Amino acid sequence: MPQTAIDIDSLKQKAFEFRKEILEMINLSGSGHPGGSLSAVEIMISLYFYKMKHRPTDPHWEDRDRLIVSKGHVSPVVDVTLANAGYFSKDELKRFRKMGSFLQGHVHTKTPGVEFNTGSLGHGLAVANGIAIGAKLLNKSFRAFCLMGDGEIQEGSVWEAAMTASHHKLDNVCAIVDYNQVQENGLVSEIKNLEPLTKKWESFGWHVLSINGHDFDALIKALDEAEVTKGKPTVIIANTVKGKGVEFMELKAAWHGKAPNAEQLKAAIQELESGRSK
Amino acid sequence: MAEMIATRDGFGNEIVELGKTNDKILVFSGDLEDATRAEYFKKAYPTRFFNLGITEQDVVGTAAGASTLGFVTFATSFAVFLTNRAYDQIRMDVCYNNCNVKVVCSHAGLTVGEDGASAQCLEDLAIMRVLPNMRVLCPVDNVEVRKATRAIVAEKGPIYMRTSRAPLPVITSESDPFIIGKANVMRAGKDVTFIACGIMVSESLSAAEILKAEGIDARVINMHTIKPIDKDTIIAAAKETGAIVTAEEHQIHGGLGSAVVEVLAQFAPVPVEMVAVKDSFGESGTPAELMKAYHLKDVDIVQAARKVIKRKK
Repeated sequence: MPQTAIDIDSLKQKAFEFRKEILEMINLSGSGHPGGSLSAVEIMISLYFYKMKHRPTDPHWEDRDRLIVSKGHVSPVVDVTLANAGYFSKDELKRFRKMGSFLQGHVHTKTPGVEFNTGSLGHGLAVANGIAIGAKLLNKSFRAFCLMGDGEIQEGSVWEAAMTASHHKLDNVCAIVDYNQVQENGLVSEIKNLEPLTKKWESFGWHVLSINGHDFDALIKALDEAEVTKGKPTVIIANTVKGKGVEFMELKAAWHGKAPNAEQLKAAIQELESGRSK
Repeated sequence: MAEMIATRDGFGNEIVELGKTNDKILVFSGDLEDATRAEYFKKAYPTRFFNLGITEQDVVGTAAGASTLGFVTFATSFAVFLTNRAYDQIRMDVCYNNCNVKVVCSHAGLTVGEDGASAQCLEDLAIMRVLPNMRVLCPVDNVEVRKATRAIVAEKGPIYMRTSRAPLPVITSESDPFIIGKANVMRAGKDVTFIACGIMVSESLSAAEILKAEGIDARVINMHTIKPIDKDTIIAAAKETGAIVTAEEHQIHGGLGSAVVEVLAQFAPVPVEMVAVKDSFGESGTPAELMKAYHLKDVDIVQAARKVIKRKK
């Protein structure tokens, strides 16, 4: 919930703990996607602990803001965020990707607080638009957020949805691109370059904010600006680092979908701790 | 002579009727509402209709998103575009999320006619049928499609419904029951059973009349629901008539015929012949020419019946 005084230090402390928990749960499960989870930590914290209207004790509250996690492989950061927000016990994080757990390999509505099953890329923005259209018809003020990956927006369906949102003036849609620069097999810029990305979204009729996606002040300011921008949808291009916080994972495609072993986990947590003291 | 009306017209008219009392119905179109008849709804309720342009993936995804707020949403276009182009969205957004989305497509089958093979969808029943949570309907005429449209709005969850561009003879009446998953026996018979959907039901009835002159008594079943398939009616037909001919305006692989033989192979094995398009694309021509050239006529069903009866033990 938006607060009058935002304690940035406490958000930073959360970011440190979230990264640790993400790596621990992926280590325990033996598989999962650390790179794009670590890059989206500050984005998810800003949404769930600052901007979004939601009730962890009442996940289906009618007037809640909705987040569609279009990059569905980052279930670790989603699960850690929802557990810390109070949707379910943090004990369940130990059962991530295990048979019978409600924490699936890709984001799933079995998990309390998740709005929509995802996993195949390029789907979420159209779903968010549908929610936004419905909200306007119902005269509801809740908003539709959509978190996308940078590699993901190579999918043509994203741009179909981008046209729909601007054509129908869906100012209750806020898209966030986690621009962490790396996709499965290398650098986005080398595989299929997105640049000039700001101009692309602008030419599709969007209000565009390009910010440092690890900077809470910038995220909060951008999310606030998106909310008051009327007549067009807003996209926040969050410039981030894949694998953020763990140097041997940063900007390494190999860590897109690989679990750290016990030794790597130990080294990673040490790095997170030393990074925090800087 | 029966009255001739395309089932797309019945669909278009019925959603307008339903819209009068149900303001939770939203219709999304991929810029083909003139052809699918979704434009009847657009004219009646412009604020609840959205032409999203030529973007089938977007049509399905947006319809799925809106349905999460309690709307009954229709995703409409030609069968070939929605079921093929937007298959991943139908699988993920609609079926995997079990959304209350009705995928209603016109222009399936060879009776699309002169537009040719690219527009003649002959795979939709197969690829929709394999998706978990999805139900698959192919109504037989204008009366039945209106009942089917009411039924799919009342029934929660994903449903695919195929409608026709070609006018079809009206062969059912208002008083006939329509229940999703429950086939209708159109003609009693004891020597062989024809199990058909859509346009092939009237061809089957005509085939049964031809065979009557030969002293063959054919049962005709209107299998308007391909999934869930009506097992009991199929098993009873196999046990009571001992031979089955399936007939569909669709590829021979994966559609109605396949659904029927899956039941027969498990519960009541009897000889079967399948009347369908034999693993090929169509071409340009009039619907009548194409149905003849691709062996989807009453005479083809007659021939299949003679063959299957010879195979009876």
